[in-house]
Amino acid sequence: MPALEPQLRPAAVHNDTLVEIADVAFKYGDRPVLKGINLTARRGQVIAIMGSSGCGKTTLLRLIGGQIKPSQGTVRVAGESVGDLDQAGLYRLRRKMGMLFQFGALFTDISVFDNVAYQLREHTDLPENAIRDLVLLKLHAVGLRGAAQMMPSELSGGMARRVALARAIALDPQLVMYDEPFAGLDPISLGITGNLIRRLTDTLGLTSLVVTHDVQESLKIVDYVYFVSEGVIVAQGTADEIRNSGLPYVHQFVHGEADGPVPFHYPAAAYADDLRLGGQRA
Amino acid sequence: MLTICGWEASVLKQAIENLGNRTIEGVWRIGYATRFVLAILLHSGTAFRRFGLTIREIYFSGVLSLIIILVSGLFVGMVLGLQGYETLQTYGSESALGVLVAMSLVRELGPVVAALLFASRAGSAITAEIGLMKATEQLSAMEMMAVDPMARVVAPRFWAGVISMPLLAALFSAMGILGGYLVGVQLIGVDEGSFWSQMQSAVDFEQDILNGVIKSVVFGIAITAIALFEGYDAPPTAEGVSGATTRTVVMSSLAVLALDFVLTAFMFRGLN
Repeated sequence: MPALEPQLRPAAVHNDTLVEIADVAFKYGDRPVLKGINLTARRGQVIAIMGSSGCGKTTLLRLIGGQIKPSQGTVRVAGESVGDLDQAGLYRLRRKMGMLFQFGALFTDISVFDNVAYQLREHTDLPENAIRDLVLLKLHAVGLRGAAQMMPSELSGGMARRVALARAIALDPQLVMYDEPFAGLDPISLGITGNLIRRLTDTLGLTSLVVTHDVQESLKIVDYVYFVSEGVIVAQGTADEIRNSGLPYVHQFVHGEADGPVPFHYPAAAYADDLRLGGQRA
Repeated sequence: MLTICGWEASVLKQAIENLGNRTIEGVWRIGYATRFVLAILLHSGTAFRRFGLTIREIYFSGVLSLIIILVSGLFVGMVLGLQGYETLQTYGSESALGVLVAMSLVRELGPVVAALLFASRAGSAITAEIGLMKATEQLSAMEMMAVDPMARVVAPRFWAGVISMPLLAALFSAMGILGGYLVGVQLIGVDEGSFWSQMQSAVDFEQDILNGVIKSVVFGIAITAIALFEGYDAPPTAEGVSGATTRTVVMSSLAVLALDFVLTAFMFRGLN
């Protein structure tokens, strides 16, 4: 398949497709955010959704999680149409999902251990000693078994993100969604988080959907990338296809160029008019 | 330029539009708040099935409010003792000091002042906590973990407030009576036997104590519902949470005073 051509490559559905988004549109009030998105994610894949701030990436995750409903099209997860589910059905489906929020969203009034144990206590009848073993297992997987008794306020940003990841995989979900998992992390935490996403996906057979701006870090770990701009998917491909893309938008994004298809200046009146040049100054 | 009664038409039009928008927004908000309270009632099962969740919130709302309630009750009772004695001795009725202190506290001051203190101490804390949980995506995280925040977070806090409020009002009144006794009997020298016996014979369980309890239950419902709604509806920013916390204290204090008038009008109408 030629790199990134056509740009709106139809979403391919396979037997092992876990997430399927077909022709999805969404509006906040009258403002369209997504305009006909097609996307698939197969089991065992790490998929990145990239795009500039405000392009609708997080909205896409919220649609998949059923927090909002599309105004057009369908979102299917594990064969179920998310928008058609009632609350009980949605909650049943969400037990197959995990979500890592941008800043972890840990419960600040309980310890790291209790955060990871939260879903196990809410959704299972496991005895406390079994919960303890499972929680320590998950914390060990993210390298924070030793921080089990700490409170969230005592954790660094990177550690909080890893605890949130342990919490997200507590019930062994089929799908984990990551909202900006690399934002604000130091290079070491960045590398650790990236590796964890890849390793957990491979080890647990998850599907990972990563919403991110961090091109370099995410291209190291992803299987496939979707670029979203102004509510549509403008490019897609494997990490190598993205790196070598000649598309101006992708090129600007991947190489972090200040000006290009995404202009440096926010749309405004002519500079001279704003400065009242031309003898109009009061 | 068109003017109407000295006003520019465009300014007048803008003012009418603003008034209309604010009215629609106000009505919409009342409707949303009503649906919110109904949702709390619908999701209250968990608050009783897992009563430990409610007990935990009773600790945060009720037990941690004890200091301010007890100390305030004591001082209010002491002031009542002083002021009451000054007035009663003019008519040679200082032996009725116990009745005055008890009636004032059990019927009015106990439920109302305890409710105002509860709104400031616990109501504001509830709003700030829920608002910050929303701002830091903890409520969204809970939803994504298939845990309903209405059942797990909101309903236990609501019932904790409803249970705590009458207990706090009762303790406030008890401490107030103790304060009145200390000032009236121990400090000023009012006869102890008259103080207690007149109080005992004048205070009616149904008319005075029970009505006071009903008032404080209603205040508990109003304060906790307002505090939870403001927190849940707060814009997820520092400014939004701070505004919601202020609104909780203002709205619930006004609600307590207005409800007190309405309840008093119904409860004590025609009584001597």
